[in-house]
Order: sequence, then C-alpha cells, then structure tokens
Amino acid sequence: MSLDRRAAMAALVVDRGDDLLVVPGLGSTTWDLAAAGDDPRNFYLWGAMGGTAMIGLGLALAQPDKRVAVITGDGDMLMGLGSLATIGVQRPPNLAVIVFDNAVYGETGGQPSHTKNGADLVGMARAAGIPICLDVGDEAALAAFAGRLKTLRETLFARVAISADEPPRVLPEKDGVALKRRFRAALGV
Amino acid sequence: MNAPTQTVNWPDKLFDTLKRAGIAQVGYVPDAGHARLIERCRADPSIRDVVLTTEEEGVALAAGAWLGGQRAVLLMQSSGVGNCINMLSLARTCRFPMLMFITMRGEWEEFNPWQVPMGSIVEPVLKLCEAEVYRAREAGEVEGLAERAVQQAFGDERIVAVLLSQQLIGRKVWTK
Repeated sequence: MSLDRRAAMAALVVDRGDDLLVVPGLGSTTWDLAAAGDDPRNFYLWGAMGGTAMIGLGLALAQPDKRVAVITGDGDMLMGLGSLATIGVQRPPNLAVIVFDNAVYGETGGQPSHTKNGADLVGMARAAGIPICLDVGDEAALAAFAGRLKTLRETLFARVAISADEPPRVLPEKDGVALKRRFRAALGV
Repeated sequence: MNAPTQTVNWPDKLFDTLKRAGIAQVGYVPDAGHARLIERCRADPSIRDVVLTTEEEGVALAAGAWLGGQRAVLLMQSSGVGNCINMLSLARTCRFPMLMFITMRGEWEEFNPWQVPMGSIVEPVLKLCEAEVYRAREAGEVEGLAERAVQQAFGDERIVAVLLSQQLIGRKVWTK
C-alpha cells in the first residue's frame, strides 16, 4: 500500500501558517506543491537536481524561527546523498527533509531508481546523524507525521512511500528571479 | 604544511572583509590553502561554518541562505569549481549572489600533475558561467579585491569568484 502523492502533499501543507517555508524538488514534487495551492513561501525548483536539501539547509539556518520543509523525490535525494551527511552535522531544529519515494524516475519515463533495488534512504539519513528518521507508509502514519511537522523541534527526515502514478502536471511560475523575489518579500528580507 | 611566502596575512584580512560584509554562513570543503580562514570562521560564533561533502552543496546552501535573508560565501580549491558547474545554473537562473574564494592548484610549483587539468580551466569555465572573476597574485591585493567582490556579488546579485593564486598559498611540501 502506498500513498497518493497529491493527497500526501496536501496533507503536509494544509493550514500551513505563515511559518512554513517549502522547497520542493524539480519535477513531480514541484507540480505536487503547485497543485496543493500556490504560496509565496514556496520556492519551486525547475532544476538544481541534487541541491534541494541543501537549499533547505541554508534557508533553515537563515530563518531559525520558521519551519523549513524540503519535499523532494527519491531521484533528487539520491543525487545529493552527501547533503544528508552535511545536514547531519548541522542539525538545524527547524528543518525537515521529506522524500516522496516512488522508486522510479517519473519525469524521464519511469526507470527504476536505486530505492527500487534496496537503497534505504531512511537508513542512510539515520546513519548520517539526522536525529529523527521516519518511514511513512500509510494514511495513519501520514496523518501522524503531518501533525508532527507542525511542531518541528528537531531535524527530521521522512520517507513517504507514494505510488508511482503520474497525476496531470500543475505548472507553477518558472521565472527564478520572480520566485526568489516574492519569497524574500514574503519573509520581509 | 605551507611555506609562508608573504608578509601580509591575507587569510586574516579576508576574514575581516567577510565580517564587515556581514557574512553569516560559510560553506567549505576542507582545504589547506583556506585552513587559516576556515579556522577563523569556525571560531566565530556569529558565523555558521558548514562543512560540505562536495562544493556543489555550497552553491545550493548559499542560495538557501539568500532566500532567508543571509549572506553566505563559499571557500574551495580550484578542483572544486568543476564540481559546481551544473549547480551554478541555480545562481544564474535566479540571480543568487554567489561569492566564491578559490585557492588555486596546478599552476605554480605544483607537485601533483593531477591538479593541473582542472586548475588550468577554472578561469574560462567560471567566465562561461557568467561569473565575474578576479585574481589575486599578491597578498596585498586580496583585501581590495575581496571588497569589490562582496559589493558585486550581493549588490548586483551575481556570481563572483576571487582566485587566490598558488603563489600566494605557497608550495605544498610533499614528503613521502
């Protein structure tokens, strides 16, 4: 049993409040976040594969009073595995790295990813020193996790098992300068 | 160990420049040429030092810092520039300030030929990435170039690289 990706994204960002900043990864998680509703506190990525978690780290260190959720796919996380070790050293209490894992590269034709063949992202995050590492596999776990995200107090990693279907793309703004400016304006920086 | 070749203590001057510029995050892959500057940053409670596993992480880190209203710099060796190329697209697309101080290898009394291929293309590659590139050959010019680089990176939201010549760093003493 795996979760519907759009429903999972909606559950994580519903009633988000002004203090949640979200950085989705290029491709499907960016479409998922756009589908859940636009917000100036979303910094959509259309590129920078492998860098999503590190953007979240820089942001979390700069904004310690906000919650930062990186919500990306298994392919992006696999490209930036070293960043788990880097985050494991910094451990900002306001950072959550959430991986929607469908075990395929959906944007490129559904080729199997490493997680399909046993790569264990939760185990890697734990071994990198991230204090809280969760494997979210069903509706009940997702609901509990969404609640936990609202009171984030320690660096957290979560793998969310999603199904490999591809819902229709919902494309947000792609002008990087515009996305950057509105994000900073929303934070008043 | 590096042989001191200059009288001006350029790493400390560079540190002072970073302090005046209000740098809050410093991303680095450990590097002998930057050892003193890294030590100063690590000892300063108002600077968050972020040790990276690869330099491209630093490009993404600096982008995130700027999104959150902080200034970051990246410290790396010339070989690290190659690791950054694709991630610099993030800075180019979104015009993130990207200030890099790069210690050069492969150009002066280099004992390791494996450092030469990347070292020799750092400057043209950075220019292809639309970076403004400065080069400090003498210790006395580091601070002035760094000041200019700070203004340009954060004022104009650009990629700016200051190359610190291998002459400045000193020859790496190689003992078997």
